[in-house]
Amino acid sequence: MTRKAVALISGGLDSLLAARLIQQQGVEVEGINFFTGFCVEGHTHAIRNRDRKREKRNNALWVAEQLGIKLHIIDIVEEYKDVVINPKHGYGANLNPCLDCKIFMVGKAHEWVKQHDFDFIITGEVIGQRPKSQLKRFMPVVASQSGADDLLLRPLCALNLAPTRPELEGWVEREQMLDFSGRSRKPQMALAAQFGFEDYAQPAGGCCFLTDQSYSVKLQDLWDNRGRREYELDDIMLLKVGRHIRPSKAFKLIIAREEGETRFLSGYKRQFQTIKTVSHAGPLTLVEGEQLDPEQLQLACAITARFSQGRDAESVELRFSDREQDSRNLQVKPLRAEQIDPQWVIA
Amino acid sequence: MSDVIEVDARRLLCPMPVIRLQDCINQQPAGAIVRITCTDPGTMSDIPAWCRINGHSVVSSDQQQDEFIFLVRKDSDG
Repeated sequence: MTRKAVALISGGLDSLLAARLIQQQGVEVEGINFFTGFCVEGHTHAIRNRDRKREKRNNALWVAEQLGIKLHIIDIVEEYKDVVINPKHGYGANLNPCLDCKIFMVGKAHEWVKQHDFDFIITGEVIGQRPKSQLKRFMPVVASQSGADDLLLRPLCALNLAPTRPELEGWVEREQMLDFSGRSRKPQMALAAQFGFEDYAQPAGGCCFLTDQSYSVKLQDLWDNRGRREYELDDIMLLKVGRHIRPSKAFKLIIAREEGETRFLSGYKRQFQTIKTVSHAGPLTLVEGEQLDPEQLQLACAITARFSQGRDAESVELRFSDREQDSRNLQVKPLRAEQIDPQWVIA
Repeated sequence: MSDVIEVDARRLLCPMPVIRLQDCINQQPAGAIVRITCTDPGTMSDIPAWCRINGHSVVSSDQQQDEFIFLVRKDSDG
């Protein structure tokens, strides 16, 4: 009887290798990839012009194609909010709830296994590769709190852990599992060469915006200014884009840094007050907050003008639009660099 | 072509268009045709890749200004 395993596919090298190792045991493998909204994959590559020149590919899809397996991409944006907002095991260096995230994802994979009559779950985890979530003492915590228990097999480091059911039942040969540990990537690279994989992504921790300090500061600012810890998908998308400047508690400016970001922010014109330079080439700015009063509007325009080609001009003309309903043009003198209080800049 | 199922994935960034296509295809019988309209250039690689690995066919792909339009046939029931 052919056994079936579902592999958590991040798009990185480790999950690629773990899945191939299990395929070599004659196990039928399918992949599962979770979309949280915080994934670095795809979005930012699509937004910024400098990234548009790069080859566009979703690494999880690419990995699945290399392995010849099906990939199920699952939208967990709504359910994941509780993981980010109320992590039982706390955050890492930034707002990254890595241990809770791993428990949640393995738990979702376990539900999927039961629904689809699969036998076990595999991940590309390696003991000690990442702080907290991949520490040896937390590996059993992930297995037990996710509900997967001994159906969770980590092929790359299984020999450093207690045998799991797939090994005990002989669904896979434990002797063929590996004993990787630590932060070195050399064993993985050697195994990739052995398997004939020459082209692979190297994320190793870089696949989630929540591990990024600047992103986390922006998310915390969002929560602080709303007075509540919550978000929608558009909120967390916009945190990935532009300069974020908050001149007062009442409003924040999201200023495009280049053409690709201007194009992306244009999609939000019906939801936000916007400012766009008219007399000079310049960015599109979204205004997040209450209706601007005349003084705030002058300041918002002067800041936007600062980041336009007219930054050194005596006067710059800008067009203010209120959710594409009411528009008017204004003339302002751009702020000088030293007039922008560093405390306004959220980063 | 009257039975073509439409999926609007404009303004969505990858992988959301792929998820929309996947969720639609999963509810259809084999042979169903889905037309998905996207604006993320990443779909030019992601949608064909998703179809290849899941056993479905891209019948046609077309770019009209900033929109990418794919006609996908569900070939596999798996």
